[in-house]
Amino acid sequence: MYIMKEFILIFRHENANGKVSPEQMQHWMKQQAEWVAGIAAQNKFIGGTGLLFDDARVVDHNKLVTNGPFGGIKETLGGYITVRAESSDEAAEFAKGSPVLQGEGNTVEVRQIISH
Amino acid sequence: MASQDIIPNLFRTEYGKIVAVLTKSFGLEHMEQAEDIASETFLQAMDTWPYKGIPKNPAAWLYTVAKNKAINQLKRDAVFRNKITEALRVQGGPGDAMELVLTEEHIADSQLQMLFAICHPSLRPEAQISLALRVLCGFGIDEIATALLCRKETINKRLQRARAKLKAGHIQLNVPSIRELKVRLDIVLRTIYLLFSEGYYSESRDTVVRKELCLEAMNLIYLLLQNAQTATHDTCSLMALMCFHSSRLDARQSEEGDMILYRDQDESLWDTSLVEKGFLYLQQASKWEIASKYYLEASIAYWHTIKEDSLEKWESILKLYDLLLTFEKTPAALMNRIFALYKTGQKETALREAQKLNLEGNQYYYLLLGELYAGLNTEKARKSLALALENCCSETERKVIRKQMQVLGL
Repeated sequence: MYIMKEFILIFRHENANGKVSPEQMQHWMKQQAEWVAGIAAQNKFIGGTGLLFDDARVVDHNKLVTNGPFGGIKETLGGYITVRAESSDEAAEFAKGSPVLQGEGNTVEVRQIISH
Repeated sequence: MASQDIIPNLFRTEYGKIVAVLTKSFGLEHMEQAEDIASETFLQAMDTWPYKGIPKNPAAWLYTVAKNKAINQLKRDAVFRNKITEALRVQGGPGDAMELVLTEEHIADSQLQMLFAICHPSLRPEAQISLALRVLCGFGIDEIATALLCRKETINKRLQRARAKLKAGHIQLNVPSIRELKVRLDIVLRTIYLLFSEGYYSESRDTVVRKELCLEAMNLIYLLLQNAQTATHDTCSLMALMCFHSSRLDARQSEEGDMILYRDQDESLWDTSLVEKGFLYLQQASKWEIASKYYLEASIAYWHTIKEDSLEKWESILKLYDLLLTFEKTPAALMNRIFALYKTGQKETALREAQKLNLEGNQYYYLLLGELYAGLNTEKARKSLALALENCCSETERKVIRKQMQVLGL
């Protein structure tokens, strides 16, 4: 029997605030919910959340606190989910279905979580 | 976790409500802050609902989040807070900006006041329409541009200018006083009617977009109908008119996006529930013993919901156009009256009156002449339709005219 590993799927995308309409947000929300529900249906969804862009802070090496945006990087951490999968490949298959990837330049990073 | 079905357009609808209530608290000059908070609220929903599931009462969830965001913003931003307190003091408001009431009644009141502010006489009609779509109906810039067949930059500039004007004019959020109400309500109704017409007569082939505009216009009228002061004879009449017209939305466009003339429409596609609704509003309007322009137009539209031709139908329509022309002599009303005259069996009288109209250069005028000359003077009928083709300005119209040539055997 395989021992399931745990992976984190990290979304990187642009801050959409102010650029998208309520209708578009509802559309994305629905797609994301369906994607998560698909993983949950296989009993492989552990948890997740989006991360708000508003009022974000970045603290640097000199303990200097700056408000977002995050330097020259347009695509920044927008949220993550954690899943159970047999391998990185399976976790990457989940990632491929993420609606985040519809945005050009957006990425989903797949990383194994150390469990012991 | 289930992605249970969420009401279509929920975010869009709630956007208008949240912006109205927050703007009511903040003052009209801070409308953009209200819009930002509404947007951030939906982002938070996007960042939560897919993982934790859609809340049992999504609207209530959104209101709580919006309220907290507003309170946080006020706590964080002292400059903003002072400005708002000042604004509230001037308005004679409760003086406590933290007190955000989100009851249905307060939402409806705020939206109604917002509607009056947006349709302020200092703004041009196209600015009023764009602003209403943005702020009250929750459309994005792209969506407004698509709906109004304009460029995004045009809409953006138009919105910026309109907002600046409202700010500069120190316009308050309220329902105008009894003394002003009639004049202000007339402007509101005219703007909503224009919005409706943008949808109904649009050249856009996208039926969904056109339907949405019509529906949004009707939602705005509905706001007026819910308030005793604004549920007037005119408001009821305009709602009736919109119901009758929209009942034919599905029937007047083919699957390829071509316009189908009334005469050629499949009446089984007419929405009878809308016709019935329209009839109820028309009855409500008739409680006032007056017959306004909207009432006459609604009555004409009512007769058009009966497809079958009869002398009674066309004589009634003719009478109504005679009355309508006492209000305003628009080319459309003049031509439609002549068409009704023709349909009552007085083709030659109709032709004589049409010849007197002198609407050279108007494609619909040539189209009417073509129909009236047909059977009487084939050469002139053909010439008229050729002129109609020459003067029309879209492919949709060209198709309609060519079809007419076929029907008349020209």
